[in-house]
Amino acid sequence: MIRSEVIKQLIPVISDHFVVCNIGLPSQELHLMDDQATNFYMLGTMGLSSSIGLGLALAQKQKVIAIDGDGSVLTNFGTLPTIANNVADNFVLLIIDNGSYGSTGDQPTYAGQKTSLTAVARACGCENVIECQAEEAAQTVQQALDSNQMTIIVCKCESGNIKVPVIEMDPVVIRDRFMKKLEQRNA
Amino acid sequence: MATIEDRILADFVNNDIEFVTTVPCKQLAGVIAKLDSCDSIYHIPSNKEDEGMGLCAGAFMGGKRPAIIMQNTAIGVTINTLVTLTQYYRMPLPMLISYRGELGEPVACQAEMAVHTKALLAQLHIPTYHFHQEEDAEELDAILKYTFMCNKPVAILTDATFWKGY
Repeated sequence: MIRSEVIKQLIPVISDHFVVCNIGLPSQELHLMDDQATNFYMLGTMGLSSSIGLGLALAQKQKVIAIDGDGSVLTNFGTLPTIANNVADNFVLLIIDNGSYGSTGDQPTYAGQKTSLTAVARACGCENVIECQAEEAAQTVQQALDSNQMTIIVCKCESGNIKVPVIEMDPVVIRDRFMKKLEQRNA
Repeated sequence: MATIEDRILADFVNNDIEFVTTVPCKQLAGVIAKLDSCDSIYHIPSNKEDEGMGLCAGAFMGGKRPAIIMQNTAIGVTINTLVTLTQYYRMPLPMLISYRGELGEPVACQAEMAVHTKALLAQLHIPTYHFHQEEDAEELDAILKYTFMCNKPVAILTDATFWKGY
C-alpha cells in the first residue's frame, strides 16, 4: 500500500476534521480526493506541517490532524521535542513513513534505513507514539481522535506515487476558507 | 519606573498577542524571561526559527495573534519560510529581533550577518524598524498595530545601544 492509498482510506475518518497537509504530493492527493474547507494545503515550506498543526491545536479547541512525511520530519527534527513538551490533546500527528522523499523522485530517507522515527519521537518525550502498518492507518487515527490525547502515529507504507495535478488554488483562498470554517466551528 | 522589557511586554499584551515563540539571544534574555510570568501569553520556545514561524502560522489560523522573538542570524535561516508561508498566505508576524553585530558587539562573527540583515529584509520587502535609542521603542505599539492591519511579517531590529550593551 502506498501513501495515496493510505490517504484514500483515511478520508472517511479525517474529512470532517481540520487537517494540515504536507507539501507536495500528499496535499495534491488530498486535494484531488477530498477537497474541503477544513483542509490546509501547504504549497511550500517543507517540514513545517507538524509545527503549523501544533500551533493550530494549541490556539483553539477543535481537533487537528497534521499529515506529515518521514522526509519532512527529518527536515524539521526540532519539532518532536517541541511537540513533546507542549501537549495539545486535540492534536494528532500522522507521519506517513514510506522511507522516501516521494515528491522529489523517491530518493531514500534515513527513516527507511537505520533511523526509527517511532523511537526518536519517544526519545524526544512524546507520550503516545504508535507505529502502525498502512492497512491500519484509518483505524489507528480514529482511535487517536477518540482518545482525546495527543498522539504521534508513524504509519509505515510502501514508496510510490500516483499522478496528480498540482493545486491551483490561491494560498490566501486556502487560508481564508480554512480560518472561516474553523471560526464557525468554534463559535 | 517600568523597564524597557516591561514596556515591550505591555505593548504585546495591549495588542492582544497571546502566542509567542522564542529562540534565545543574550540581548533578549530579559524579555524572554518576562514572557513566562505573563498570564495572557502562551510562550513556546522553538528549536529553530523556521519551526517557530510554522507554530506562529498555526496559532494565527487558530485565532491567536502570534509573535516571534529571535536573533538577526535567523533571517538567514528563515527566508524560505518567510516567503512561502508567512508572505505567500498573507499572515501577520511581528518579529522582535536582536540586531547582533552592531556598535558595541564583542563577537566578530556577529558582524558578518549584521552587514546582510537590512539588505535581506529590504530584498524580502519586509517592513523594518530599527530601535537604537530607548525612545525608539515608543513606536512599538504603532508597529504592532500596523503588522496586524496589513498581514505581513514586520521586523523590529533592536541593537546593543538600545539594550545598553550586554
